[in-house]
Amino acid sequence: MDVMIPTTYKVQKFFKETHDTFTIELKSIENKNGFSFEPGQFNMIYIFGVGEIPISISGDPNKHGVLVHTTRAVGTVTREMAKLKKDGIVGIRGPFGKPWPIKEAVGNDILLIAGGIGLAPLRPVIYHVLSHREYYGKIILLYGARTPQDILYRKELERLKSRLDIDIIVTVDRAVKNWTGNVGVVTTLIPRAPFDPINTTAMICGPEIMMRYTIVELLKRGLAKENIFVSMERNMKCGVGFCGHCQYGTEFICKDGPVFSYKEIEHLFGKREI
Amino acid sequence: MESLEKILIQHPFVEGLPSEHIQLILGCAKNVVFEPGKYLFKENEEANSFYIIRSGKVALEIYSPEVGSIIIQTLGEGEIIGWSWMVPPYQWRFDARAIELTRVIELDGTCLRNKCETDPSLGYEIMKRLANVFEQRINAMRIQLLDLYGKK
Ligand SMILES: Cc1cc2nc3c(=O)[nH]c(=O)nc-3n(C[C@H](O)[C@H](O)[C@H](O)COP(=O)(O)OP(=O)(O)OC[C@H]3O[C@@H](n4cnc5c(N)ncnc54)[C@H](O)[C@@H]3O)c2cc1C
Ligand code: FES
Repeated sequence: MDVMIPTTYKVQKFFKETHDTFTIELKSIENKNGFSFEPGQFNMIYIFGVGEIPISISGDPNKHGVLVHTTRAVGTVTREMAKLKKDGIVGIRGPFGKPWPIKEAVGNDILLIAGGIGLAPLRPVIYHVLSHREYYGKIILLYGARTPQDILYRKELERLKSRLDIDIIVTVDRAVKNWTGNVGVVTTLIPRAPFDPINTTAMICGPEIMMRYTIVELLKRGLAKENIFVSMERNMKCGVGFCGHCQYGTEFICKDGPVFSYKEIEHLFGKREI
Repeated sequence: MESLEKILIQHPFVEGLPSEHIQLILGCAKNVVFEPGKYLFKENEEANSFYIIRSGKVALEIYSPEVGSIIIQTLGEGEIIGWSWMVPPYQWRFDARAIELTRVIELDGTCLRNKCETDPSLGYEIMKRLANVFEQRINAMRIQLLDLYGKK
């Protein structure tokens, strides 16, 4: 199969998550075998006549019949994507990229830290660890959004919160009086989050500045650099290491990432010229 | 008083303080509970207390006539509220409202200030701990100002 040629998928469901984010559920037209991926991997989504962009897969890795993507409308392609309707057609290449370290994290506490749309690439990890619950220690999700209206997957988070085997702490940057949750940036949740720093794998996804400050707090709590993982974003074209568009220092984000341990990219992280 | 001492020494704010300092602080302390919705204090009131949160959650709010009360931060277990008792004119600059049932140790500001004046080693310890809290809060506030999840 040529990795540069997209396969066509049909939109089965389209729903708005918040004012600027939406989720599409896709089904392959050509391939009846379904779609397999690992949490953290992404697809190149082609909106015909507009362009192609990388979007993480945000569905359940155990469900192969449907492909799920949650996207924030920010520019040319994503805004056009936001206009998709049921039965609309898109092209898919993928899955690409290195996944979150869910196998390496077996036996550890799992600390997921997400900001804004960054919850989408981490949702498959939640599905995976909850369906393999006995292999992991504590599971903690710290999630920061701009306002209560911007909380992604809100109903699903509320449902998960009622389970006794996962801690979910949500915080928003600003709120008015009827909000009874936390207010403050996601980094403020780290000093008191209930994990064991020696045996924890942290996976962080969000804007780069948020990830930078999050890492500072995790290091303060005593997490080792090799146990902290981030998902990086850069513009992409081929998605498979041919074109060099996504170059990040010595790494290509599409094929060496998008998930990296902090130890691997510490020398690049936060550098302005890269 | 013995049980209050037990509670106080478990709080991160006083961790590592020598027992003579703990005793001085205890002389200014009382155990207080706020029901959800009750205010610990309101903007412009005299600031004569310092709160060490044992459990629960408190919203710090600023009132704006156009929007109503805006929550600027929430604080919970292990955190402290208020330094206006240390800084003239000793007036609160925001409201503090319990969102959940909240248990605090309330320290009398004048009492604590006087003890800090007469025992500079206690004063220095308290200032060091407060400086640590200032630093964390200012950093958090700076990140909050970046509007991280908004449009680039
Ligand atoms: C591996 C990987 C996984 C990704 N996963 C997801 C995902 O699951 N969901 C998702 O919504 N996005 C995801 N993205 C980001 C997504 O690819 C970009 O938002 C998209 O390429 C923007 O394309 P566009 O044509 O709509 O915007 P453009 O027209 O290219 O950009 C328009 C404007 O939007 C700004 N912009 C571009 N990207 C972003 C951004 N990420 N956030 C805010 N502003 C931006 C640009 O600076 C520009 O000003 C991922 C990116 C990578 C590399
Ligand atoms: S996108 Fe082409 S090399 Fe990464």
